[in-house]
Amino acid sequence: MSAPLLVAEGLYRRFGETVALVDAALRIDEGEVVAVLGSSGSGKSTLLHCLAGIVRPDRGRIVFDGQDLVTMSDARRSALRRDAFGFVFQFGQLVPELTCLENVALPLRLARVPRRAAEQRAGQWLERLEVTEVAGKRPGEVSGGQGQRVAVARALVTRPRVIFADEPTGALDSLNGERVMRLLTEAARDTGAAVVLVTHEARVAAYSDREVVVRDGRTRNLEVAA
Amino acid sequence: MIGRGAVADLVMGARMAVTGGREGWTRALLTAVGVGIGVAMLLLATAVPGALDARQARGDARDDLRMGERVAAGPGTLLVHPVDIEFRGRPVRGRLVRPEGPAAPVPPGLTALPGPGEVVVSPALRRLLDSPAGPLFAPRLGGARVTGTIADEGLAGPHELAYYLGDDRLTDTSGATRLDRFGGGLPGEGLGPVLMLLVAVIFVVLLLPIAVFLGSAVRYGGERRDRRLAALRLVGADTTMVRRIAAGEAAAGALLGVAVGIGFLLAGRQLVPLVTLYDISVYASDIRPPTALLLAVVLAVPALAVLVAMLALRAVVVEPLGVTRRGTPVRRRLWWRLLLPAAGLAVLLPVAGLRDGDGGVTRWLVPAGAVLLLIGTVTLLPWLTDLLVRRLRGGPVPWQLAVRRVQLDSATSARLVNGIAVAVAGTIGLQMLFAGVAGDFTTASGQDTSRAQAQVQFRDQPDLARVLRQLGGAEGVTAATGTLSTGANVGSPDGPPVEIRVGDCAALAEFARLDRCADGDTFLVSDPGDPVAVPAGAMLTVEDGSRWRVPTTARTAQARPDPAGWLQNGVLVTPGAVGTRTLGPLRSTVYLRLDPAAPDAVEHVRNATAAIDLTTPVSVLSPTIESPKFADIRRGLAIGTVVTLVLIATSMLVGTLEQLRERRRLLAMLVAVGTRRSTLGWSVLWQTALPVGVGLVLAVGFGLGLGAALLRMVQAPVSIAWPVVGFSVGLGALTVLAVTGLSLPLLWRLTRADGLRTE
Amino acid sequence: MCIVLRMSIGQTFLGLLEATPRHGYDIKRRYDEHFGHARPVAYGQVYATLSRLLRGGLVEVEAVEPGEGPDRKRYAITEAGVTDVAQWLARPEQPEPYLQSVLYTKVVLALLTGRQAAELLDVQRAEHLRLMRDLTRRKRDGDLAEQLICDHALFHLEADLRWLELTTARLDELAAQVRR
Repeated sequence: MSAPLLVAEGLYRRFGETVALVDAALRIDEGEVVAVLGSSGSGKSTLLHCLAGIVRPDRGRIVFDGQDLVTMSDARRSALRRDAFGFVFQFGQLVPELTCLENVALPLRLARVPRRAAEQRAGQWLERLEVTEVAGKRPGEVSGGQGQRVAVARALVTRPRVIFADEPTGALDSLNGERVMRLLTEAARDTGAAVVLVTHEARVAAYSDREVVVRDGRTRNLEVAA
Repeated sequence: MIGRGAVADLVMGARMAVTGGREGWTRALLTAVGVGIGVAMLLLATAVPGALDARQARGDARDDLRMGERVAAGPGTLLVHPVDIEFRGRPVRGRLVRPEGPAAPVPPGLTALPGPGEVVVSPALRRLLDSPAGPLFAPRLGGARVTGTIADEGLAGPHELAYYLGDDRLTDTSGATRLDRFGGGLPGEGLGPVLMLLVAVIFVVLLLPIAVFLGSAVRYGGERRDRRLAALRLVGADTTMVRRIAAGEAAAGALLGVAVGIGFLLAGRQLVPLVTLYDISVYASDIRPPTALLLAVVLAVPALAVLVAMLALRAVVVEPLGVTRRGTPVRRRLWWRLLLPAAGLAVLLPVAGLRDGDGGVTRWLVPAGAVLLLIGTVTLLPWLTDLLVRRLRGGPVPWQLAVRRVQLDSATSARLVNGIAVAVAGTIGLQMLFAGVAGDFTTASGQDTSRAQAQVQFRDQPDLARVLRQLGGAEGVTAATGTLSTGANVGSPDGPPVEIRVGDCAALAEFARLDRCADGDTFLVSDPGDPVAVPAGAMLTVEDGSRWRVPTTARTAQARPDPAGWLQNGVLVTPGAVGTRTLGPLRSTVYLRLDPAAPDAVEHVRNATAAIDLTTPVSVLSPTIESPKFADIRRGLAIGTVVTLVLIATSMLVGTLEQLRERRRLLAMLVAVGTRRSTLGWSVLWQTALPVGVGLVLAVGFGLGLGAALLRMVQAPVSIAWPVVGFSVGLGALTVLAVTGLSLPLLWRLTRADGLRTE
Repeated sequence: MCIVLRMSIGQTFLGLLEATPRHGYDIKRRYDEHFGHARPVAYGQVYATLSRLLRGGLVEVEAVEPGEGPDRKRYAITEAGVTDVAQWLARPEQPEPYLQSVLYTKVVLALLTGRQAAELLDVQRAEHLRLMRDLTRRKRDGDLAEQLICDHALFHLEADLRWLELTTARLDELAAQVRR
């Protein structure tokens, strides 16, 4: 068996008095969709933030592709997030001033891709996520489902190796939620990207290959005895 | 009619202005401080004329100048001799006094006249005498004993240097004035129409940005308030109630601000006596805004706040589930925005020839025109911002973020920089006017400071050798030349006036180009602009009526301006050619060279002069003379502009910080997806710089327009003062940098990863 | 519901006995208190079940008191009985509608016997999710009719899981009540 893409072990993290993670662990292989389940306040979002190199754990080890994220400098982690990771959040992630097309092109532009090329690739992803019609609109002018598909396009546009999705359907109705999940997982499988999917909804988690439960900051990795 | 429900709504709004946790308090505090600063400035401005009036009134009460009116000596008269000298650049008001009877008038602020050898000094002078610098001034009091202090009512301000010195040698023939009372003299020289114009426009230029600032200060926390109102709608408030609650909230915040402002003024007033601005100091009690204006401010500011809040509410629809902007951004119409500046120009342009008339109507027209023109920048700015920014696209990511942000909400951006635009436009206009009319107020004195730096003229002092010895020996004096002189008329006492000047060859060389000179020589010189022929051998009638014949050996020499810049018709005589006794009373004129490394040299000269005669002033030569009033106004404007810009920068900073706080989640998200913080920092810079840039473009345009109109009005040639434009643009750039720099810490803090958690 | 009940009544009795040996009437009283809300179990059912368990070697008669009637016997759980309860609790139920009663019974018993009830819920959730994944996959590949059928099942399963989550979150409260 090949080395896992992303491994986290023994993660501890507290915010002031609040203990968010206690000896949490997780591994993700390439192309795998892993659901992280837990009630609100269980620490699942913190786990995602740690895995993505947004939050540095107090203790523990996170290895992505042979590099330890915990000891990595902030600049290196930023670069990693730009180049190797993609993100989809529940809401508030699109820059309200930019058009949808520009929003999707943003990660490429941050990675110094020229504007024209970046917007061309962004356009292809909008098409792929069936939201071509909103390219010139601002996020405030599109529906929640469209906005979320734009966000997925943005997460995928850099062809990341891991996509971190934090309650990506949290603000959507079931039909739109299902559509976003279908497009997200299909696109991830096609590009070979792994997906870390934080959710509290079983129907969303059902799009995963495997789930990890977080309770009170601890992970329970239940391999189903099939 | 306002029912009980309406009052309850207002009260509820008022409570909301100050409650709401730390955020609520911060917002209330910002509003109060912002409004408070504005109110304090307004009140201070309204108090300035009163303060100057009070000062003027005290000045009038002690006036002792009499023009032409003769008073006969009696038991109720006093001889006064003014001694207006300087100490280290500060004016000193000195008076030698000698009562001629028991009922002699006592000047205000004194309980009794000082006797011979006694002196009564102002508190500031007493402090000076007690300070280490005291010995440098003391000789000018002729060794008199300090017997008292001048009370406040006898002084123009707390920092005035003044004294009354008893001198029993004063006579009415030695230049002293005889008084039977103090005060009642001629009113002081007022400001001319051009200066009045300047002062009026300065007030406009300084107060308008403050009004703009007030307008934005009462809107601090607008977005959050909208959200709160939406929550109120959700629990059942109708639109009318929401309006009343918003009104109550705005009024309460503004009232708090007014209270803070009055507090600022009262506190600031106590500091006022510590400050001497342009040799003017005033007492704290002088700063008293007129009650009517105070009331007006107290009422107008909350009213303005309510008005602004209502206008802001008009643009949005507050619904239970949130606030939506009304409709899509409208295409801004140009015509009405042009109305104001056009009206301003229409008012300003026909006004010409101000210099001659007394300007009764124009005194109001000009500031009104300036106000219209400057408000025009406020109305045009959003349109221009729109126009310039609408077509922008592309560029690096930070630029793109900033441009898009400004495109989306150009009104907010424009509102932030309104104040800057007005202040800069006004400053440019005024400074242009200054540069244009500076020629009127700054004159070349013709004085030649390379030959001498100080001049002392004794009105009756024939012992030149002693004078030269004493002055030349003063500390810091490197050279001294002196001449004796008297006036004379050619032929009869009614003949053309000439000057007879007696001195050695070196001293005479300051007045004419002498090819060769030896004791016993006489030279005839004339002013080429106003020649008076004095032939050799002519008979001259001297001032005291005695007569003196010009030696026949006198030669003609070319006149040369003396170091003080004067050319004279006359006769230059070496001591060997004249017996001084035949020329009557003689004045002595001394030119001194001072050591540039000894800054107090002139003070030593003044002391040496006082040792000879207490009333003789020392003139410091300077190549130009600037009207002191003009200089004051100019400096006042510079200080006012900087203070105004600091105010505006503060309000921009508050706006930017608030905007950042509102976008904290988005910022955290951008960092999460790997955006460099520098990218965000640059976008904040551009986002500030872009509207400021547009504002400056407009401000420069309008400022030049205003300046040209003002210059035309005073009939001065129109020229663009590029240094002023550069200065203003520099100030704008500085503002941008300061605002960006000060908002970076918050940006860094907000983009820490925890930002994603808060929701 | 009663069918489901009958299927697990034996294990329920075992669970009740695991805490302490009891008389038949005590078992009935406890059962009715915790699980019999709508429909108390009949005495006949109690003794039939106990004799079945006795036959299976899962319980034994610990003591017989003098006198008349069936209530003289005090039953205790055997080693085999404890193992049977443990296996039953650890085994996820086949996800299907109206599963709550069984799951609830399991949770209460787990708490009564000092076992990890949270563990039980996690296992059950994993089982639910496995089925939901299958349904999601079928839905993706199927036509609209198939999708609608799958969705129906998915929503029911999700409801079960939600209930599970809620129960998990309130385990402490439940434990306090059950052990009273």
